[in-house]
Amino acid sequence: MSMAFPATAQLITRDEFCASGLALTRGTRCLFDHLSFTLNGGEVLILRGANGSGKTSLLRVLAGFTTADSGALQWNGDALKPLGSLARCIMFYVGHANAIKDDLSALENLREALHLDGVDIKSMADEVILRTLDQVGLLARRDLPARKLSQGQKRRIGLARLALIDKPCWLLDEPTNALDAEGVGLFTEIVNGHLANGGMACIASHLPMPFTGNVREITLRVSA
Amino acid sequence: MNASSSPDENAPKAAPSLEFTRAAAQKTTEFSVERGFIFAVARDLRLAIRSKGEVIQALAFFVVVVSLFPLAIGAETVLLKRIAPGIVWVAAMLSVLLTLPRLFASDYLDGTLEQLLLSPFPLSLIVAGKIAAHWLTTGLPLALMAPLLGLQFAIDSNELAVLIVSLLLGTPILSMLGAIGAALTLGVRGGSVLVALLILPLYIPVLIFGAGAVAAVSAGVDYDANLSLLGAGLLFGALLTPFAVSAAIKISLD
Repeated sequence: MSMAFPATAQLITRDEFCASGLALTRGTRCLFDHLSFTLNGGEVLILRGANGSGKTSLLRVLAGFTTADSGALQWNGDALKPLGSLARCIMFYVGHANAIKDDLSALENLREALHLDGVDIKSMADEVILRTLDQVGLLARRDLPARKLSQGQKRRIGLARLALIDKPCWLLDEPTNALDAEGVGLFTEIVNGHLANGGMACIASHLPMPFTGNVREITLRVSA
Repeated sequence: MNASSSPDENAPKAAPSLEFTRAAAQKTTEFSVERGFIFAVARDLRLAIRSKGEVIQALAFFVVVVSLFPLAIGAETVLLKRIAPGIVWVAAMLSVLLTLPRLFASDYLDGTLEQLLLSPFPLSLIVAGKIAAHWLTTGLPLALMAPLLGLQFAIDSNELAVLIVSLLLGTPILSMLGAIGAALTLGVRGGSVLVALLILPLYIPVLIFGAGAVAAVSAGVDYDANLSLLGAGLLFGALLTPFAVSAAIKISLD
């Protein structure tokens, strides 16, 4: 698990994710322009802004789903082609939808998602997966079809997934939606573990995010 | 794959400690690339088994539509025999059309499609796997049920055999072309009608060669050309559609 080895963080060379001159116009509205930032391993970027200010659009640009009008992304100095093979090994995106299949159980959903993230689940012990499900409070409900779980419980499957993947750059769109206070605490703990391991995250949220790493904020404004 | 992986296997012997981890990492990515296809097939088959209803609906639709014709036309054996291949083929086409929305729409709605795009597995392989699973749950059962329906039309065993072979060769093409349409109409209101309008014209060659093969047998003419053309279409489609569908999905998600 990612939080188990915080001491190795210093050994890893710090990754650097760099966005320069991003601009995106939707219709006649300019969502952002000349947006640049550099994010190093262990740092979090919180995206703030009113509803409709373009937080989701920015995350989708960073993930590579949406093509920006201008600007470029770099990873450790290399150009990051949207959805290219490098980006697909680095970027992890969770949007408003949980990507959870109602017909599969919590455990199956978690396994499939991890498999898709490139985690070698064959060599990962069942015990590790079950322990993570226990940590997010879903162990007793692991075999229920996801359709019988609440919104918050579905989000918790996502939390278990976060705790187990090993992609360095997380792009999370309002990840604490539908989570209770305990769930938000778990989320914070998992992100802290990720940061301590040299990972980084961009998080769009309206809530205060008390992370232990270097936390920065960008506020997007709704233009006329 | 083998040619590129052999130098990595040699590397750890020279410098065990650090190189080993790097080679191991490369090996897992190469390993997983090949598994993208299998993963997608297994996943979609499992989902299809969990929601059997949708699979059975398409098959039932096929049976009902084909059975309507003898009832409407009457028991005129010669006429029924002549129109049988065309009817079976049109009905198969329509039932494949019915199932196209479930190919990508549910993945689109629940956010899975975004995860597929960001997976280390190449999207084209995942898409190929999804199309294969779609065929296994629609085209294959349709082709296997055709003999049963053929009995209603009093067609003989020779024609029946060619009908099945033509369906086995042709229905994968229907799945592949349909996948392009389904991917292009993701998130569009009234998408299912749009898919039909977009895709049915492209289905015409498959219909002509598929039904034509059976008609050729009944006429006592050589039917090889029809089946060869279907086979060629199948190979051509298998080669290109995964890339076309990947591009269509990326456009739909932009």
